[in-house]
Amino acid sequence: MRVLDEVGRGTTNVFAYAGGAAELLADSVRFIVGLRIRFRETSDQAYLLGVQSLSIVLLTSLFTGMVFSLESAVQAVEYGVGNLVGGAVAFSTARELGPMLSAVVVAGRTGAAIAAELGSMVVTEQIEALQSLGLSPTRMLVVPRLLALIVMLPLLTILADIVSILGGMWVANIYAHISTESFVTSARSVLPFTDVLKGLFKSVVFGIIIAIIGSYQGLQTRGGAAGVGKATTGAVVTAIILIFVFNFALSYVLFGGS
Amino acid sequence: MAQVWARLDDVCVRYGPKIVMQNLSLDIVEGAITCIIGLSGAGKSTILRLLNGLKKPDTGRVFVHGEDITTMRESELIDLRRTIGFAFQFSALFDSLSIGENVALPLREHTKKPAAEIKKIVSETLESVGLAHVEDRYPAELSGGMVKRAGFARAVVTNPQAVLYDEPTTGLDPIITHVLTDTIVKLRRRLNGTAVVVSHDLDSIYMMADYIAMLFEGAIVAYGTVDEIRRSPNPIVQQFLQGSEVGPIPI
Ligand SMILES: Nc1ncnc2c1ncn2[C@@H]1O[C@H](COP(=O)(O)OP(=O)(O)O)[C@@H](O)[C@H]1O
Ligand SMILES: [Mg+2]
Repeated sequence: MRVLDEVGRGTTNVFAYAGGAAELLADSVRFIVGLRIRFRETSDQAYLLGVQSLSIVLLTSLFTGMVFSLESAVQAVEYGVGNLVGGAVAFSTARELGPMLSAVVVAGRTGAAIAAELGSMVVTEQIEALQSLGLSPTRMLVVPRLLALIVMLPLLTILADIVSILGGMWVANIYAHISTESFVTSARSVLPFTDVLKGLFKSVVFGIIIAIIGSYQGLQTRGGAAGVGKATTGAVVTAIILIFVFNFALSYVLFGGS
Repeated sequence: MAQVWARLDDVCVRYGPKIVMQNLSLDIVEGAITCIIGLSGAGKSTILRLLNGLKKPDTGRVFVHGEDITTMRESELIDLRRTIGFAFQFSALFDSLSIGENVALPLREHTKKPAAEIKKIVSETLESVGLAHVEDRYPAELSGGMVKRAGFARAVVTNPQAVLYDEPTTGLDPIITHVLTDTIVKLRRRLNGTAVVVSHDLDSIYMMADYIAMLFEGAIVAYGTVDEIRRSPNPIVQQFLQGSEVGPIPI
């Protein structure tokens, strides 16, 4: 019985969480559609986010492209299909690795920062101070972060894609003597440009997830400094899980069987 | 008969299983300073949050200027809150903004005043709470008393009809306490409005209060002018005022 009780409570909590986060997203969209946007705060947030995440995104994607190429290139050459390596690297990077890696890294960096910042504003009563001044925390704080991520995550993903493919190309060249021309030709023939765009569409969705989950967890913070810590880890864990789930769903819808 | 600014009518508030207020009723007189006293955790801050709609009661109603605010939509509450200043216990200044920007924020967001005029109003308001030339400093760079006063300035900069102060003097030295108490009295006169002050500080309460309400175990157990409360035969009130260990208040 105890177990059932716990499961029951867990389930209602999940629904309450999903409902709360969805409501926050809906409120944000209402402000955006009504063009009640604080542009200054938005550009500040976009800049901050770019600075925070650029180097980690570049490093992680560079090494991922390199290792992917390393594992596939030598074997491909052995089987006599070295000319397919460029395609394999570009294909998987643009569709999956680029958007996913950038999103996971940004969730760990920026999602955590958003939750921590808003959480500490809750415990120091700054959120209530906004409300008592007749200002909406959603408009003042959530919308700028949401817009900043919607714009910046795809940009970071483009850079991640480029760096990852270049890294793969370099390793393929050094370890498997696959020429740059052969790599590029193969990449071009395998990867349609629409797939790149679809990959970027994914990162828009991931940006929304990171901003809304980070903000929601931050705004739900209870219980002082310890609460801020919990909100921060909660935001990262939840956002990363959702990114994986939505990535599967989006790949299924966008790429289907192809 | 004095006008009523706000009325709590048969209000109950619960946090989970914990009952904080039970059938509490209280009138806040317009144009006066009402002090709310009571033990820590009695629900004093919650009363202030009820008065500007930051918290909704579980049952009962809250009226401001005769209008029931418990049934208001969020957009109506936003309009209401613009007429009520709130000075938080720990000031709750936005730490990413300078003092000047903190105080200017409600004017920037709610009025179409030009920047130069806003700047002038901000520095006048800061001066009226005894803070000059701190516009460009950040909250973290100011002392406790200065932060409190900056919080007052932000609460009153839009000339609200009422100001709610949550423990304005707790944890500050006697001189600053005196200055802040004086500031509250002056601000109320300047705005010609209502003030509700939550405080433990008896000396400062005697100095500024027109009315005192004592909150104990979820209800108002005593209400009256300073003299009435000091002469109250209620043993709970007497124990609280004397800070005595013996009496009906469990320790
Ligand atoms: N957000 C909250 N969640 C749970 N309990 C709360 C919350 N806010 C206040 N309480 C509880 O309600 C009671 C009254 O709180 P409060 O109004 O802050 O008291 P006071 O200001 O008189 O010290 C306290 O016991 C406090 O623990
Ligand atoms: Mg309190």
